[in-house]
Amino acid sequence: MSAISIRQVRKKYGNLVALDGVSLEIEQGEFFGLLGPNGAGKTTLITSMAGLCTPDSGVIEVMGHDVQKDFRIARRQLGVVPQELVFDPFFTVRETLTFQSGYFGLNKNDDWIDEVMANLDLSNKADANMRSLSGGMKRRVLVAQALVHRPPVIVLDEPTAGVDVELRQSLWQFISRLNQAGHTIVLTTHYLEEAESLCGRIAMLKQGRVVALDTTQNLLAKHRPPGVPPKVLGDDGAADLEAVFVKIMSEAK
Amino acid sequence: MSEIQPLIAGKKMPEAKIQSGFPALFRKEVKRFYKVAFQTVAAPILTAVLYLLIFGHILANSPKIYGYEYAAFLIPGLVMMSILQNAFANTSSSLIQSKITGNLVFVLLAPLSHIEFFAAYVGAAMIRGLCVGFGVFMVTIWFAKIPFAAPIWIFVFALLGSSLLGAMGLVAGIWADKFDQLAASQNFIIMPATMLSGVFYSIHSLPEFWLKVSHFNPFFYMIDGFRYGFFGQSDVSPFHSLAVIFFCLLIVTRVALGMLKKGYKIRN
Repeated sequence: MSAISIRQVRKKYGNLVALDGVSLEIEQGEFFGLLGPNGAGKTTLITSMAGLCTPDSGVIEVMGHDVQKDFRIARRQLGVVPQELVFDPFFTVRETLTFQSGYFGLNKNDDWIDEVMANLDLSNKADANMRSLSGGMKRRVLVAQALVHRPPVIVLDEPTAGVDVELRQSLWQFISRLNQAGHTIVLTTHYLEEAESLCGRIAMLKQGRVVALDTTQNLLAKHRPPGVPPKVLGDDGAADLEAVFVKIMSEAK
Repeated sequence: MSEIQPLIAGKKMPEAKIQSGFPALFRKEVKRFYKVAFQTVAAPILTAVLYLLIFGHILANSPKIYGYEYAAFLIPGLVMMSILQNAFANTSSSLIQSKITGNLVFVLLAPLSHIEFFAAYVGAAMIRGLCVGFGVFMVTIWFAKIPFAAPIWIFVFALLGSSLLGAMGLVAGIWADKFDQLAASQNFIIMPATMLSGVFYSIHSLPEFWLKVSHFNPFFYMIDGFRYGFFGQSDVSPFHSLAVIFFCLLIVTRVALGMLKKGYKIRN
């Protein structure tokens, strides 16, 4: 059973085709990258997975459960870290996490909430109002909210946009640990060096279509633009994936 | 994140422990207005008391209504008006704030059905409306002697009225894209409809035309039925009022549930 199965998903907003027959299988335990320029359809695909919008056609399953027909079980399998830094200004960090846990039907979940907060360095901010937190701290709470119901599949929609280097590194350490512990991670990012170092497999989207899908290593090997010298993966590989990304995007119709 | 604690990643919560998300969403909505109770409960009580002091004083010598002084007639109307306006305000303001700030996404990501969503928001609106109504009653009761002819009707109309306005607030909160759209619905529909529903007067004192118009205002039936619980007298039968309000509640609930199920303006 795939962690996420996306089959022929189409979505239009008026005349704009956001998703044009996207199909993807993301296996359990993968660290999967979803890349593409702005407007490629990444966020539409993620919101469709999360049930935040309804595709015009096609099927999306999370851990074998249809996100529309079997939404209760499907949503319990999925934790989503939204792109925007959103929060409820009425509540403290602990209240935010306790309510979020409650929405998923987990009313006695304090041990796990404490553990998530400890791992995200939020324990000393547990009773602070969300308004008083810095941007980085708010981002950590967003991650904690996505984990509060222990989902096997975690989707991060540009989680490091506007985040300082220190938080970015500690966030990736934490996410990598979750992946090693068995969580499936789906990541969208514009920082290609992050995708290259973290993702085992990458899909590239352009104008709502998948234009490349392969392991990171194969993408780098197959699509290296002429004139770019081969490099060892991980040795300043950022330029490589960036060059590959630009080449694939320019070649894709 | 330097000292990393042991993480039980991937450990699933036993299915038996998983319950409905409704209680958490209901508690959140109640706590939201409770945290700013000075604004959401105390302020409307003060407004109602000011209405009583001003109108009660100006119209102190007006003819008795149902055999009681004007202040006694006015108090149940003010209580019900407060219940209705605050029930509407709770759902509508909570939803529009969550939509505009974007934090509604946390509720939408959860495995809550449209019925649980509706019940939690409307339930919390009823609690706020009833809290404010009770507060208004407890403060204003000292200004006039009020009978309790049929208390059951007081509870029935308070519950139905608050649920109807809570559901209407939900519809308005989903529909409105901006704060001024919501303010327009509040100021140009809810406020006039409540003020012209017989809170301050018996509709039998109106000219024939406006008396007929009043019968098309559902707020009139809520106020009139609620007042029947105190005086045992009303402009129309409480059963008639009950039927009208129940019908309105069915329609508004149907509309609200339809919007939520479709995800109208919240899931796209």
